[in-house]
Amino acid sequence: MSATLSPAEMDHLGEIAGAMIPASADLRMPAADDPVILDDIAKSVGRDLALVREAIAAILKMANGAFAGLDQDAKEALINDYHARGGAPAEALGRAILAAYYRDDRVLVALGQEARSPFPKGHVVEPRDWSLLDAVRHRAPFWRDDRMTGTGER
Amino acid sequence: MAGNERVDVLIIGSGASGAAVAWSLAETKMRILCLEQGDWVKPTDFPSNGRDWEARRFGDFEIRPNLRGRDTDYPVNDDNSLMKVANFNGVGGGTIIYTAHWPRLHPSDFKVKSLDGVADDWPIDYWALERFYEENDRMMGASGLPGDPGVPPRHPPMPPIPLGRTGAVYAQAMNRLGWHWWPSDTTIATTPYDGRAQCINLGHCTPGCAQGAKASTDITYWPLALRAGVELRTRCRVREIVTDEHGMAAGAIYYDAEGREHFQPAEVVIMACNGVGTPRLLLNSASARFPNGLANSSGLVGRNLMLHPWPVVSGYVEEEMDGARAPITSMWSKQFYETDPARDFVRGYTLQFGRGAGPVTEAIGSTAAGHLPWGRGHHGIYRQLLNPRASIGVACDDLPEEHNRVTLDPELKDSNGIPAPRIDYAISENTRRMMEHGIARAEEIMAAAGATRVHTSRTVLNYPGHLLGTARMGTDPERSVVNEWGRSHDVKNLFIVDGSVFVTGGGVNPTSTIQAVALYIADQMKQRLANLFD
Ligand SMILES: Cc1cc2nc3c(=O)[nH]c(=O)nc-3n(C[C@H](O)[C@H](O)[C@H](O)COP(=O)(O)OP(=O)(O)OC[C@H]3O[C@@H](n4cnc5c(N)ncnc54)[C@H](O)[C@@H]3O)c2cc1C
Repeated sequence: MSATLSPAEMDHLGEIAGAMIPASADLRMPAADDPVILDDIAKSVGRDLALVREAIAAILKMANGAFAGLDQDAKEALINDYHARGGAPAEALGRAILAAYYRDDRVLVALGQEARSPFPKGHVVEPRDWSLLDAVRHRAPFWRDDRMTGTGER
Repeated sequence: MAGNERVDVLIIGSGASGAAVAWSLAETKMRILCLEQGDWVKPTDFPSNGRDWEARRFGDFEIRPNLRGRDTDYPVNDDNSLMKVANFNGVGGGTIIYTAHWPRLHPSDFKVKSLDGVADDWPIDYWALERFYEENDRMMGASGLPGDPGVPPRHPPMPPIPLGRTGAVYAQAMNRLGWHWWPSDTTIATTPYDGRAQCINLGHCTPGCAQGAKASTDITYWPLALRAGVELRTRCRVREIVTDEHGMAAGAIYYDAEGREHFQPAEVVIMACNGVGTPRLLLNSASARFPNGLANSSGLVGRNLMLHPWPVVSGYVEEEMDGARAPITSMWSKQFYETDPARDFVRGYTLQFGRGAGPVTEAIGSTAAGHLPWGRGHHGIYRQLLNPRASIGVACDDLPEEHNRVTLDPELKDSNGIPAPRIDYAISENTRRMMEHGIARAEEIMAAAGATRVHTSRTVLNYPGHLLGTARMGTDPERSVVNEWGRSHDVKNLFIVDGSVFVTGGGVNPTSTIQAVALYIADQMKQRLANLFD
């Protein structure tokens, strides 16, 4: 077995990924079979390659080899059904697609997220108001003090 | 086999406890060597440096060694356990990928037999450890807010991490219910601290901190210990402890990076390989004199494994929350920590309030939970899920049971041919009841916060990496592996300082206690140097 997906496997992966996450013009979201995203999936599949291959084969088998010919309703039904009971291969396929999709610049920007790594800029967390703690501050200590005697003395 | 120069003290494992003990003993000016099977991790290695920061949590920064599969990892057969083993093997050990939540055990945790009639009391109490907790808080750099009525007084040197949007939502819900909450103590630097930069909210602390704001021992204890003359040798995987004709530890056999076998002689051996790695090594050190493994005349090496079952209840509120743009830790509740006779279980749990997930993690988690469909419905639902997530962990006390144990797997081996540990672990009835109680309370909190799509993951996905109890402390050599100051009952120059020595697990993350115990044992050793082996 080759260490990367073959052109035929890439075609099948594209069909499947595009059905799993289709484009939405309204929301400005590309589909997961967008060439840049598909390329990222293929490059980053890494140690999950065998499982992803297994998932592609299982989906094709469920579609009697004709996944591409199904309409979108049938594709979605098949994939959701497979994902619910496909175990590790289904998880690996989902993970590979989601990991590449949700780091794509266009996707992140459409979601209102910054398209960057967390380091070095970091993020700002609102400090909020510690007066919310007032309700708790005045409570008497309630941890069990093992040094207390029965009369409550140390 | 290559023979090495003799050292006074050989420490095996450079994680939370190994680093603390190395630093503490350094002032004795003894020749101290630490052998560590993993590498140093550089700040630039951490995932938050790159755009693939989330994907790497499922790759080289995965928490489970079996899935991470670095060549510095060893495999663990945990098929017979719902709770899987999580760890990190490298300088800093588990502190490299820990979440930096920093509670202490409660005084009652050390006295469960006397107070609640279950398990055993520790041979030491909270008050014997108090000054070491404080010292460790200063060394690691703890942040928090004094005055919590739910725990004994403590003095974290830095202010707490910010409440944020997520914390405020939880706080309002807890106030509505009239339940205790408090900002969590953490080891995240909230101000510049001892040369460490302060937290800039890179996201979850678990996959390591590129900023160096999270206290892992590679950047806290180790630089000081090395400067004080301790030697740390990486990529050295210990196979066994060797004993001499007097039944004393003579040193250790280890493999270096090239797979060459070495014998390292030592006057004193200190085990710091954690609650799985330490019993593994002791059991693999069986000899004619110690046929059941080293330090195992009690038969308790590997037994009483505690792993802290940790259900997580998640839900989604209406408003935008902090998501993954902050440390995951925010606050704790001790409302249900202490035993309440009205309940159908003894002991209790901490509720640990978490922030949300990043875009990839949210998508993966939500598809796994069945909330996020594939197909045209995907985008609409996803927009409702990203960022308003709230998650509450139920950190359950886990009492010791002898059938929960670490043994040597008869077939599975690491890359050096050393037998892998095998885990047999079942969640007890007491813990199951506690889990259900905690889940129900967390669901009430979610309801009070107005959360919807509330769902619970009982064990799967929640492996806190707390590995405890497999070489317990005690005064009775028939009921414990080490004495009340960490020395093996059987081998008088062999010490254990990691989470293995815990007698009970408590309902909190254990590392502040692991390190306090390690500092306490080091202190005891220093006080007894003249007659350490008597
Ligand atoms: C994902 C995750 C999150 C966590 N979050 C928290 C948290 O928020 N708060 C908290 O208190 N705790 C947390 N923990 C637990 C914490 O990491 C551990 O309690 C702590 O690191 C244990 O310390 P230790 O000294 O017992 O062992 P470790 O820190 O595990 O160190 C053991 C070291 O020994 C080395 N070693 C083992 N065998 C050998 C050998 N044969 N030869 C050479 N070296 C060897 C290992 O490589 C390792 O570096 C978390 C753990 C994980 C995995």
